[in-house]
Amino acid sequence: MTEWLNVILQGVLIGGLYAMFAAGLSLIFGVMRLVNIAHGDLIVLAAYVALMVTQALGIDPLTSLIFVVPVMAIIGYALQRGLLNYTLGDDLLPPLLVTFGLSIIIQNGLLEWFTADSRKLQAGPIEIQTFQVMHGVWIGLLPLIQFAVAAAVIAGLQMLFYKTALGRAFRATSDDQAVAQLMGLDTRHVFAMAMALSLAVIAVAGVFLAVRTNFDPAIGPARLIFGFEAVIIGGLGNMWGTLVGGIILGVSQAIGAQIDPGWQLLAGHIVFLAILAVRPQGLFPKVWG
Amino acid sequence: MAPILALENISKRFGAVVVADGIGLALAEGEALGIIGPNGAGKTTLFGIATGTVAPDAGRVIFAGQDITRLPPERCCRLGLARSFQVPQPFSGMTVFENVVVAAAFATGASEASVYEPCADLLDRCGLMAKANQRAGGLTLLDRKRLELARALATKPRVLLLDEVAGGLTEHECAVLVRLIKDVRAGGVSIIWIEHVVHALLAAVDRLLVLHGGKFIADGDPRTVIRSPQVAEIYMGIAADA
Repeated sequence: MTEWLNVILQGVLIGGLYAMFAAGLSLIFGVMRLVNIAHGDLIVLAAYVALMVTQALGIDPLTSLIFVVPVMAIIGYALQRGLLNYTLGDDLLPPLLVTFGLSIIIQNGLLEWFTADSRKLQAGPIEIQTFQVMHGVWIGLLPLIQFAVAAAVIAGLQMLFYKTALGRAFRATSDDQAVAQLMGLDTRHVFAMAMALSLAVIAVAGVFLAVRTNFDPAIGPARLIFGFEAVIIGGLGNMWGTLVGGIILGVSQAIGAQIDPGWQLLAGHIVFLAILAVRPQGLFPKVWG
Repeated sequence: MAPILALENISKRFGAVVVADGIGLALAEGEALGIIGPNGAGKTTLFGIATGTVAPDAGRVIFAGQDITRLPPERCCRLGLARSFQVPQPFSGMTVFENVVVAAAFATGASEASVYEPCADLLDRCGLMAKANQRAGGLTLLDRKRLELARALATKPRVLLLDEVAGGLTEHECAVLVRLIKDVRAGGVSIIWIEHVVHALLAAVDRLLVLHGGKFIADGDPRTVIRSPQVAEIYMGIAADA
């Protein structure tokens, strides 16, 4: 019994990470109807940026976020202003193709720079610290921090959408881009801010991913799939739904792995497919666009 | 005095359809000008050209002495040019208040907190105070039109372009909006108003232009223009209502 409780708890905690993969994806699609195929590779890029920062400055990965988050946000802003804004229009295909190309460029660029070797960020003693919640049920400190950060990121995004000027700009642009422009909104800037925010979230996700597991330049596309699945399970446009989607995915994978280690990914995909078949709009859809 | 808004020799065609054929128009500061014309005459396209959403094939748009022909819509808005749409297009997922706040904050560059009060006043003026916290997508047609106006006014325009405000409204509702528009004009905003409901227009404008085949075919005192033979010829069905 406690064994299963442990499994589910681990699944919930990793769900936070999946929700962070998903949040940036959902944000971008919501604001500008752009499906960012390079999202997973940008997560891996963030992990490598963190690797460089930790090695260069000798700081631990969580502290390195002070640098990685702004660096990724600036990359996001520049990417949107310099490239992706030109792909947006009535047609969904050009941004899809361009971000697919970007994905290949990032993967191969990382391969060239960092080789195909597996890397990992060392977070020190907190990696192995655990505490007992009840008899036989243990929680790792790092997964707990990761989940708390994920929940804080989701709460922060939710508040940003509904309580701030930037959030209203996102919602207005998402609602009707042409009218938003007539109200004085510079949509190119608004889109770039959305991408900057998305990549800031990616930076956090990338660092936690890199602390948790080994990474190499090729693991991006799988993170993209996890992100997509979490968004779709939770329902587009609802950030808390995305967190729930991530948790469902994480728990499914954990239970699958418990039954048979080879079933981890399969179990997640099957649950995703089942939800897609029964509720294609997701569990808590609330499209603010 | 130089006009606040001038269209100079504007031409625009969509494929074979000529919607503007060397159009010139000058709006004096403080003036209220009406434009009528049959469906498809190119009235709404003129607003698109003036506000920067439609690029003309030829000609210039001059706002307060500045050439704004190639400026993007958000820059035109910040200079003081606002428009309403024939079919109101509120940000339907946001509240009525948020709709107005977005317009006020972004058009003027002011902080959100500083526009809360003016926005509340504006909603009060437009008769939307009671619905301030409702989602804009759930409003009735009259309220949507009021919001359309409120949102355009929130951008602090010097020139307001109104596109068929009265269409689809009852007599009483129409009168409410005409009062509001007169009030806005009394506040010093210059107005160009495209309308099919001619009697609503005649109640509020000083000058009337008739657009037909991409050109203005009449221009002058509203009551004279509406009785002119050209208008009777192309516009009879609607002129008869007036």
